[in-house]
Amino acid sequence: MSLLSVDRLDVRHGLLQAVREVSFALEEGEVLALVGANGAGKSTLLRAIAGAHQPSAGSIAFDGADVTSMRAHKRVARGIALVPEGRRLFGDMSVEENLRVAMRVDRRGHWTLDRVMELFPMLIERRNSLAGNLSGGERQAAAIGRALLTNPRLLLLDEVSLGLAPVVVEQLYKSMTSLLEGGATLILVEQELNRALSVATRVLCMLEGKIVLDGPAKAMSRELIVDAYFGLRRAAVQGLR
Amino acid sequence: MSFFNLVAQGVLLGGYYALLACGLSLMFGVMRIINLAHGDLAILAAFLVFSISDAFGLSPFLSLVGVLPIMAAVGWALQRGVLERSLRSGMLVPLLATFGLSIALENLLFEAYGADTRSLGGMIGDLAFDSYEVTSQFSVSYLAALIFALSVALLGGLSIFLKTTSLGRAIRATAEDPDTAELVGIDARAVYAVAAAIAVATVALAGVMLGMRATFDPYSGPMQLIFAFEAVVIGGIGSLWGTLTGGIMLGLAQSIGAAINPKWFLLAGHLTFLAVLGIRLFRDWARARGGLRSALGLGG
Repeated sequence: MSLLSVDRLDVRHGLLQAVREVSFALEEGEVLALVGANGAGKSTLLRAIAGAHQPSAGSIAFDGADVTSMRAHKRVARGIALVPEGRRLFGDMSVEENLRVAMRVDRRGHWTLDRVMELFPMLIERRNSLAGNLSGGERQAAAIGRALLTNPRLLLLDEVSLGLAPVVVEQLYKSMTSLLEGGATLILVEQELNRALSVATRVLCMLEGKIVLDGPAKAMSRELIVDAYFGLRRAAVQGLR
Repeated sequence: MSFFNLVAQGVLLGGYYALLACGLSLMFGVMRIINLAHGDLAILAAFLVFSISDAFGLSPFLSLVGVLPIMAAVGWALQRGVLERSLRSGMLVPLLATFGLSIALENLLFEAYGADTRSLGGMIGDLAFDSYEVTSQFSVSYLAALIFALSVALLGGLSIFLKTTSLGRAIRATAEDPDTAELVGIDARAVYAVAAAIAVATVALAGVMLGMRATFDPYSGPMQLIFAFEAVVIGGIGSLWGTLTGGIMLGLAQSIGAAINPKWFLLAGHLTFLAVLGIRLFRDWARARGGLRSALGLGG
């Protein structure tokens, strides 16, 4: 049984249909890179899986249970965590408080406050600073740490490197190596294709709300993905799996 | 000495206003709702305590212990049943909903209790009028001191609760960004209901204190709402310690105004409120034009 299965999902922003009849399944341990141009519907798809955006049709099943109309906080309790685009930390609270908020969920697992601090050492000395005063990289680290503290079975990462200096992105990914190698199941939205390919086991490319390419990362050439990304005709090679 | 007395009485009165404003400040800070039924809920609690004490011959303090959870439940139900739905339709709808609730409460109280003015003062014995005489010119009423102490304890306690407990952190997180709070596993609607329950319980406390120190009737609510609103705005919206400062400033303004001319009691309070509002607007206006000097055309 798949950990996550999305079936013919439609998600709308008012009149705009951002996600169109998207179906895919994700097994435990897969690292899925979700790529596509701006406005392709990647973030909306992630938000729908996390429960932040109600789909207009289709269904989402997680760990065998239908979660389509379940509220976001209940999905967190079941093990889905989203690191939202723009980090969305609680700016009036300290870094530690931001992390502790997520610990209310009380899902036992590998991640504890100390382990998160170990993963992102840059947060240690910022522990008591207001989250609003952090640098971009520190914010992203805190946001990922906050999501990890709910001990998710499925982690959704939206635009990890957006707006960050390359050095900082390098540092973040280095920190996450242990996470990525540790058998976590995650979906990663990443603009930097090389970066995404370096960590992913599978690539899924979206174009105008639809999946146009889906296959194991190893079987993907950069060219193939770029073609699918821009919707070139050659990319009609769907379903490489 | 009489000026010192004036200031002391103003500060003590301010303690009552802060107590009254606490719930309004909390509800606005967490849910962005201005509860126009705030004053009427305080009066409802005063009437409830009056009825219970009257029927069973209990001290109002004992009745209050029973009424607090009832009013907390009222707050919870109000949030779940009315405000939660109206919040989805924007800022204006909750305002209208609480306005409607205010009118309904006033008229229900009028139906139930008639137009008579009541007080709990007669039920608390000497506490209603006893005071501690510091000098022949200066004395502190026990009740006013009690209310002031309650107010500081409540605002301080709430601050510590919000700062240090897990539920407090969840309330602050939800206040700042309810959507993200949901994404880290917080049931934002449940947190709102808890905040409303706490807020209305504090309103009940204030209403009963009003009943002990003065009189009330079914239509006393709106005046209390105005005092609470002024204290919240003067102190800075959304800050609990600011609410205490705001209450004290309002109390001081009223006491000093009344000392100059008894008619100025209310007027001085309202003028202070308007002045603070005016200064804030002016500061924002100046800031939008690159600071005071350039806004006034003074800088070269």
